Amino acid sequence: MDNSRNQMRLLIIEDDRESADYLVKAFREVGHVAELAGDGEEGLSLADGGDYDVLVIDRMLPKRDGLSVIGCLRDKGIQTPVLILSALGQVDDRVKGLRAGGDDYLPKPYSFAELLARVEVLSRRHVGRAEETVYRVGDLELDRLSHRVVRGVEELTLQPREFRLLEYLMKHAGQVVTRTMLLENVWDYHFDPQTNVIDVHISRLRSKIDKGFEQPLLHTIRGAGYMIRNGVHSSRA
Amino acid sequence: MDGKSDDSVTALGKLFRTTAFRLTLVYLLLFALFAASLLGYFAWNTRRLITDQIAATVSEEIGLLTGVFNRRGLRGLVGAIENRALRPGSNLYLVTTPAGLAVAGNVGSLQPGVLQTAGWAETAYRRLDEQDQAHHYALVRVTDLSNRFRLLIGRDLEERHRIIGVVASAAQWSLLVVVVLGLCGGIFVARRVLRRIDAMTGTTKRIMAGDLSGRLPVGRSGDELDRLAANLNAMLERIEALMNGLREVSDNIAHDLKTPLTRLRNRAEEALAKSGNENDYRAVLEQTIEESDSLIRTFNALLMIARAESGHACDNMADFDAAAVTQGIHELYEPLAEDNGLRLQVQTEFAPLHGNRELISQALANLVENAIKYGQPSRAAQPLDANEAAADSTILIEARHRGDRVILAVTDHGCGIPEADRKHAVERFVRLEASRTLAGSGLGLSLASAVATLHGGDLILEDASPGLRAVLSLPARSASGLAAPAVDVQQTDA
Repeated sequence: MDNSRNQMRLLIIEDDRESADYLVKAFREVGHVAELAGDGEEGLSLADGGDYDVLVIDRMLPKRDGLSVIGCLRDKGIQTPVLILSALGQVDDRVKGLRAGGDDYLPKPYSFAELLARVEVLSRRHVGRAEETVYRVGDLELDRLSHRVVRGVEELTLQPREFRLLEYLMKHAGQVVTRTMLLENVWDYHFDPQTNVIDVHISRLRSKIDKGFEQPLLHTIRGAGYMIRNGVHSSRA
Repeated sequence: MDGKSDDSVTALGKLFRTTAFRLTLVYLLLFALFAASLLGYFAWNTRRLITDQIAATVSEEIGLLTGVFNRRGLRGLVGAIENRALRPGSNLYLVTTPAGLAVAGNVGSLQPGVLQTAGWAETAYRRLDEQDQAHHYALVRVTDLSNRFRLLIGRDLEERHRIIGVVASAAQWSLLVVVVLGLCGGIFVARRVLRRIDAMTGTTKRIMAGDLSGRLPVGRSGDELDRLAANLNAMLERIEALMNGLREVSDNIAHDLKTPLTRLRNRAEEALAKSGNENDYRAVLEQTIEESDSLIRTFNALLMIARAESGHACDNMADFDAAAVTQGIHELYEPLAEDNGLRLQVQTEFAPLHGNRELISQALANLVENAIKYGQPSRAAQPLDANEAAADSTILIEARHRGDRVILAVTDHGCGIPEADRKHAVERFVRLEASRTLAGSGLGLSLASAVATLHGGDLILEDASPGLRAVLSLPARSASGLAAPAVDVQQTDA
């Protein structure tokens, strides 16, 4: 598939040179454009001028704290989605970060797969798709108003939670959605279950929407999470 | 702090610098001033009294002799005076002519000018019958007789002088005694206090040097120093417990993080040593990532526990119904339980709480995960019929409101925890050997316990015969809507 449609321009504001370089390289490898700022002031002026899809901001930065950078940008009316990276991973810090104007929060240490999935979801939100009332993936159709789910000609019966799970997956169709993202957005829990509790929910959902159909829609992405998409092609290599 | 400056101070210097000694000095000074002023007042009053008495005697005699002169003339007066002057005693008599010559009396010499003015005077004198030049002092009164004759009558002040001398020397001695006794007392008290303080200082130095088991000596008198020592000992007790806790924590962290790190390293090393194809490497790398993820999870759990125990999550408190939380957890874990051949049941009633919803959810989730992990009915005791089998494979989650407590309980019918280990299992960071070998960070109970403590409650493990009933007992939000009383995390084990 063409990469240009999905290509993002990212600004990474991170003072640790090594992890910043790693991030820039990793984003470039999957076909995104990533720029780097080493401190809060530089990050603010770059974010102020540049046209970015997503900003990835470390919380603790030299010269200007990450939260204050976000505050400044929001004050100027710049609504670029922001993902906050922080070594302070607890519930309180997350709430503080989101209150300051961040759109998502990822505690360190994180996996790149998790970061990538979250950044892509943020970027998609920036384009604005949440308004649609009917989500379609292949022959699967989910009506958000009437709460009806139809695959082909068959109407599927889903539990309320299964419906919300599918709704979230379909809202981000073609994108990787991680287990943590599901737990946060579908169940509103911000902790880390030690068991594969999400996998079990997914397999229930899969048995309802894919069982008996030739073309599976709900895919497991190894080492990352899940994706709903039509066809075997992935949006990235 | 600086040992050198301590040693350079002599024992005496140290003594003089004690509060007890300085206070003694101040009291001593005040007492001496008081005693001196008392004695001074006494001496002054005595002197005045004696002077008044002498003056009265002199005045009486003047009146008498003036009467003699008036009745019997100069000759009569001279006769009376000669007569009196011969008596032994301390009285002075003198009659002078207008020219100033002595007519009668026992006065050898006087200070010049005393005779010129009539009235009272204090003067040095010498009696006629005395040879030496020794001066005495007397109080004299000079009166004009007719024809410019003059009469002087006086009385020696030796007695007054002697009494004042007695008082003055008494004052000196008593002041000396007061000062000496006071100093001795001060030194005694200061040394006594200093000895005890030195003992305390020695102990604290030992403790600072790292021996946390040291305790201050506590006397039997129950005075303020003993009370202070007892309080400091209680504080030391607490510090030692905390330090031991910390040591245990770091031991556990070392175990929890080092073991998987070693595994990680060994696996990478092995893959490097073995020449394999790309697929082999890929498999090892995937394992490595998996292992790192579990390491991160363990690390997060440890951080979370530390946060909860230090009371940090307190800012995110809100009112909520624990029944809703319980139902949410039930909903989340029901499919997982079913996949494990267990049935997850939920029973709730309105259970108002004030706290961190996220943390309480996680604590409950940990208990449910534990129940699913360890709640399989043991194979040794095969159930006899289907009903019993169903009961055995049921995990019950409850939310109840009992008086001023909210009870969140998870009951399974698995292998349970032996009674001897149960209390141990709730303790911070303590894990049962059996659980270390199973998957997961194994910190679930520790976190649940820390969360309970943070909310002023407890995690209680009970026997469900067979199985385990884990109960989070938390203070309920009071009906008035006020928050549960703030709980000092540090005090809960008192």
